[in-house]
Amino acid sequence: MAGDEQMTVVIQNVGKIFETRTRDPVIALDDISFEIQKGEFIAILGPSGCGKTTLLRMIAGLDTPTTGSILVEGKPVTGPDPRLAMIFQEYSLYPWRTVRANVAFGLQMRGMEKEERNRITDRFIRLVGLDGFADSYPYELSGGMRQRVAVARALATDPAVLLMDEPFGALDAQTRNRMQKELLEIWESARKTVVFVTHSVDEAVYLADRIIVLSPRPGRLSAIYDVSFSRPRDRTSVEFASLRRDVLELIDHLEESQ
Amino acid sequence: MRWYLKLLPPLFLLLIWEVASILINNPFILPTPASVISVLMTPSADILGSGSIIDNALLSIWRVILGFGLAVLCAVPAGIIIGRYRTIDELLNPLIQLLRPIPPLAWVPLALAWFKIGLASIVFIIFIGSFFPVLINTIDGVRRVNRTWIETALIYGAKGWKLLVYVIIPAAAPAVWTGLRVGFGVAWMCVVAAEMLPGTTSGLGYLIMYSYNWGQVPVIIAGMIVIGIIGIGADLLFRGVEKRKFQWQEMNR
Repeated sequence: MAGDEQMTVVIQNVGKIFETRTRDPVIALDDISFEIQKGEFIAILGPSGCGKTTLLRMIAGLDTPTTGSILVEGKPVTGPDPRLAMIFQEYSLYPWRTVRANVAFGLQMRGMEKEERNRITDRFIRLVGLDGFADSYPYELSGGMRQRVAVARALATDPAVLLMDEPFGALDAQTRNRMQKELLEIWESARKTVVFVTHSVDEAVYLADRIIVLSPRPGRLSAIYDVSFSRPRDRTSVEFASLRRDVLELIDHLEESQ
Repeated sequence: MRWYLKLLPPLFLLLIWEVASILINNPFILPTPASVISVLMTPSADILGSGSIIDNALLSIWRVILGFGLAVLCAVPAGIIIGRYRTIDELLNPLIQLLRPIPPLAWVPLALAWFKIGLASIVFIIFIGSFFPVLINTIDGVRRVNRTWIETALIYGAKGWKLLVYVIIPAAAPAVWTGLRVGFGVAWMCVVAAEMLPGTTSGLGYLIMYSYNWGQVPVIIAGMIVIGIIGIGADLLFRGVEKRKFQWQEMNR
């Protein structure tokens, strides 16, 4: 890591406390710090209750940190931000809009002219392999195709960082594997920084350059793994299996020490 | 079920009616189906100097459109605001809950005191009757808009009126439409009841009340059938639009 290279995302001593009316305040995240390089694929991994989604939402500007700060391209995130795009697990497409209109949504909100919007939209529909479905409605598509629309919609706005909150969590195993492969292809061609939240160790090891493991209640940074072996990764390889075992052991340990 | 099977119950009712009218043998209590049908076959014929069935039906429909239209113009924006802002909701909810169960007809004396007998009173009663179904459904629809849809919009920079126009309103539209359908049904019931008030001189409600005074029972029943047909027609119209426009709602997972 070159010191003068500006980090795309800098997370500094971030903490989040949720005030509740009935019980004591809940510490969701405690003193999290790490940096993400431009073009990096980061997986945030942890058992449920570790606050990984909260962390992602704070990077997206949907929640504000109680302590610390988050910088994207050197500027603090203070609210929803055009430099960031987020892909949710499900229900994020607008069912009353066609695929094309869904992909165009972000551009339309930015006031882009229809002609240019359509040109860009069609390009990204093609990129995610949905040509021929531009005029379909989300309910006419399978779960995997819907998430591809969400990816196209996010990429169309040309964000600096793509945030993904368990985007393939609702898909069946087969579709999920295929989507992971396709996501990597898209990531390689689009050269985006990706922050990918998941609770699947396998998914994290398959996709990420680095894996950030959070511990639950309160969410603390527990470990950062570098995944150095090259893509496409072979799930049956020795190195894959050994890293997966290491991460799994850590997570088991984190859950037991609860 | 095969469609013609659904014709059996009405035909059976018609048969019982026919038999009963023959047994009772008093057209002032129960006229024969034939005499009612003959009234229905001449819907544009004048009835005892108070206009034809068609004239009176159109007048009733016009009143409903006025009262219902006014209610929609008020209830939809109000529902959107209440549904969007929690504080306003909490502030107004007790009042809404208090006013909602009052039957529209209970407003009649006040309506007469305020607007005297005439169009304004009738429109007011219809307004009251259809306002609450539209309001309640709109509030509910706006409040239930999927959080992810809103957050997605925020992330892509939609705020204020853009969020409203491109996300909240289309997402709430099916619920609002249900409110309109229910509201229109209530409005239709209200107009007939309101037109029976003393002093009214037109409309389907008036026509059947007036026919009662003249012992024209076939006209009463014919009028009731017309009221039913128009009600069902409006409902089918609303449902038809619902099916075409909002099919995404049912098929969305």
